[in-house]
Amino acid sequence: MLMMVFDVCSHGLLVLVLAPLFVGVIARVKARFAGRTGPSLLQPFFDLRRLFFKNSVYSRTTTWVFRAAPLVVFAAMLALSLLVPLGISRAPAAFTGDILWLAAMLGLARFFMITAALDTGFSMEGMGASREAFFACLGELALFMNFITLALLAHGFSLSGMIGVDAPLSWEHAGPALLLVAASLFIVLLAENCRIPVDDPDTHLELTMIHEVMILEHSGIDLAYMLYGAAVKLLLFAAILVPLVIPFRTGYPPVDMGIFLGGVTGMAVLVGVVESVMARLRLNRVRNFLLIAFVLAFFAFIVGLWRM
Amino acid sequence: MELFNGGRASLKNVPELLAGEFRARVIDACNGEGRLVNLFGDRLDDGSVRLYAVIGFDEEASLEVFSTRLPADSPRYESLAKDLVQAHAFEREIAEQWAVVPDGHPWPKPLRYHSNYRGAADIWPDISRQVIPGVYPFYAVGGDEVHEVGVGPVHAGIIEPGHFRFQCHGEEILHLEIQLGYQHRGIEPMLRGVDVQRGAFLSEAIAGDTALGHSTAFCEVVESLAGCVIPPRAQAIRAVALELERLANHTGDLGAMGMDTGFLPTSAYFGRMRGDYLNFLLALTGNRFGKGLCRPGGVVFDIEPAMADDFCRKLKQCRREFEDVSELLFSRPSVLARFEGVGVLSMDDAKKFGVVGPAARASHLERDVRINYASGMWQFHHIPLSVSATGDVHARALVKKQEALRSLDFLLKVLPTLPKGGIFVPPGPMQPGMLALSLVEGWRGEIMHAGITDDRGVFTRYKVKDPSFHNWHALALAMRGGEISDFPLCNKSFNLSYCGHDL
Repeated sequence: MLMMVFDVCSHGLLVLVLAPLFVGVIARVKARFAGRTGPSLLQPFFDLRRLFFKNSVYSRTTTWVFRAAPLVVFAAMLALSLLVPLGISRAPAAFTGDILWLAAMLGLARFFMITAALDTGFSMEGMGASREAFFACLGELALFMNFITLALLAHGFSLSGMIGVDAPLSWEHAGPALLLVAASLFIVLLAENCRIPVDDPDTHLELTMIHEVMILEHSGIDLAYMLYGAAVKLLLFAAILVPLVIPFRTGYPPVDMGIFLGGVTGMAVLVGVVESVMARLRLNRVRNFLLIAFVLAFFAFIVGLWRM
Repeated sequence: MELFNGGRASLKNVPELLAGEFRARVIDACNGEGRLVNLFGDRLDDGSVRLYAVIGFDEEASLEVFSTRLPADSPRYESLAKDLVQAHAFEREIAEQWAVVPDGHPWPKPLRYHSNYRGAADIWPDISRQVIPGVYPFYAVGGDEVHEVGVGPVHAGIIEPGHFRFQCHGEEILHLEIQLGYQHRGIEPMLRGVDVQRGAFLSEAIAGDTALGHSTAFCEVVESLAGCVIPPRAQAIRAVALELERLANHTGDLGAMGMDTGFLPTSAYFGRMRGDYLNFLLALTGNRFGKGLCRPGGVVFDIEPAMADDFCRKLKQCRREFEDVSELLFSRPSVLARFEGVGVLSMDDAKKFGVVGPAARASHLERDVRINYASGMWQFHHIPLSVSATGDVHARALVKKQEALRSLDFLLKVLPTLPKGGIFVPPGPMQPGMLALSLVEGWRGEIMHAGITDDRGVFTRYKVKDPSFHNWHALALAMRGGEISDFPLCNKSFNLSYCGHDL
């Protein structure tokens, strides 16, 4: 029992520390591409600290939904994080069928994010909410197609089983399928976390935003929870992808942890590079981009079936 | 009567037609080769309103000026905008400034929400007491699936204030109405009776990023009215400064367009290069926007030979960098996918709305004051016209890139061979009872200033027209049927001035 509490706490702490760092690495890579030194890697922590000490401002139009959303989003992401193994073979709260719990948490966070945006009665937040809902439909389709393939290869319905200790073994007999899954998941990572080429996290143009416009009315501590939640989500997607693409384990926990952290850093650099070398897609092309993710996932499934 | 750029005429010689004749002549000319360069009102001593029309004939480099007089008690006339779309903003401006009624105007809303200059009953009651954008209705599209999006006047970025009202069906824009006026400072009344030194100072504040364009136009009006010919060296220095201003802004625009597509490297590089051009102006004038350079009678600062050499050396380096970075921007498929086919302004629409500047040239209209109405240095050094045909964001970006390169070539050619001589001659007093016109190709397009002097030789009416005055409506038109998420990019490709419009 005590062991489990310790596991959960250390896991949670790791998530809370790594998530802002991940964002910091991306910002630094983008700055380097633009010929600048860039902010400190710790800058996201400073931003969050500043916001956590500020009060929120609420519009008279909003209701409890708007106030509840930041906490619900943040809590859902933390709950989700307990299912994702971070450099260890098994997540603290792993159980059979936990990918459905993962879906539920993602859905809950999104539901509150979207209703909070609609709650403001602000036309642009409504537009952002509609875009988010539409792209999520396509993104989740691809995401779960990938999970089905992984479940097939791992013979289990737990995320820890799919990407945990056995994942490296799958490369030997199902390499092509895993390659397609990894490519598809990377697209989903970019889309779900509103990175370029789907959304531009640094834009100030309210008409083009997706995620940013939905949190436009949140301020102070509420905004801090929203931003922290988004950072955790990004980290978790990377943490799901990294064990899949690094196909070996040493069996020594500290070394495996080091490999995992290296992989996550590499993923942050990769996201930063993608954001630096290409422009954003036009909004009406995003659906094609997400459909590519689905098609990749679908072929991964076929290839996976054939390899069985 | 016919005038050339920088020309002047006695007010008595400006033909005064009957209102009907005036209307027919404007419409005839604009349906033919001409276009409406300016249409403005002035109050006469007896309280009546005199309307002046300035028609530009680009091919002949001539400006035709004529006028009509409207009675003091109930000034009204049949609207030109009914048959000539490019007059619509001018007529709204006249109605607002002089309480004149344009009968049958299709969309008679105030432009800037100020009380009129005549002190007569306004056609919009209580206008100056309304909080802008006031209670006047926006054009609305009906239907359950149509939604309205209002943006501004306070924006998420640090830009000027303006209100944009979109009528959307999903992501598609059915109609966009732009309501400005938040930056109205009353520049034109401030220039009435102004001392010319203070006037030059005020003209630099009409639009901060076009300080050189507007101050050049102001100085040319004063010099024309005073009958003063400035030394060739002063003309050359003004041209150099104007091209530096164009370079700084075009480069900044290209960078900002990169930023709006989410392509960061070019936005950072172009942003730094914009700073280089501003630093040239800083070295020349002590101000990054070139304020304090142009004064009636010439320029205040000279370019010493050592400075010219230094500029040339640095400009060559700038040209290499500009070519490299624009190659990076224009060769990215993901950037081109955002630029091409977005915000298309057809040549017909551009012509109909009297669009000017790079926006017009991107729609294949051959309009450039430096070529059509060459004056000063442009008479000796010709800059090739930069045009593009597609009228989309890509075309506007391409025109800006091409113009920047040609400006660099111009500077590299002119700087080593600046004419010898002085840079300033005292302009002397302005002649009484005259009208003078000046056209300058600012970086956004055609800037037009017109000055009218009273019988003491001071300005009784000063009219300013920034290119944005024409082009804001083109932006609204270019967005029709487009995606609302493409608006910021399209807006940046026009990059119009709010304060230049609001005066």
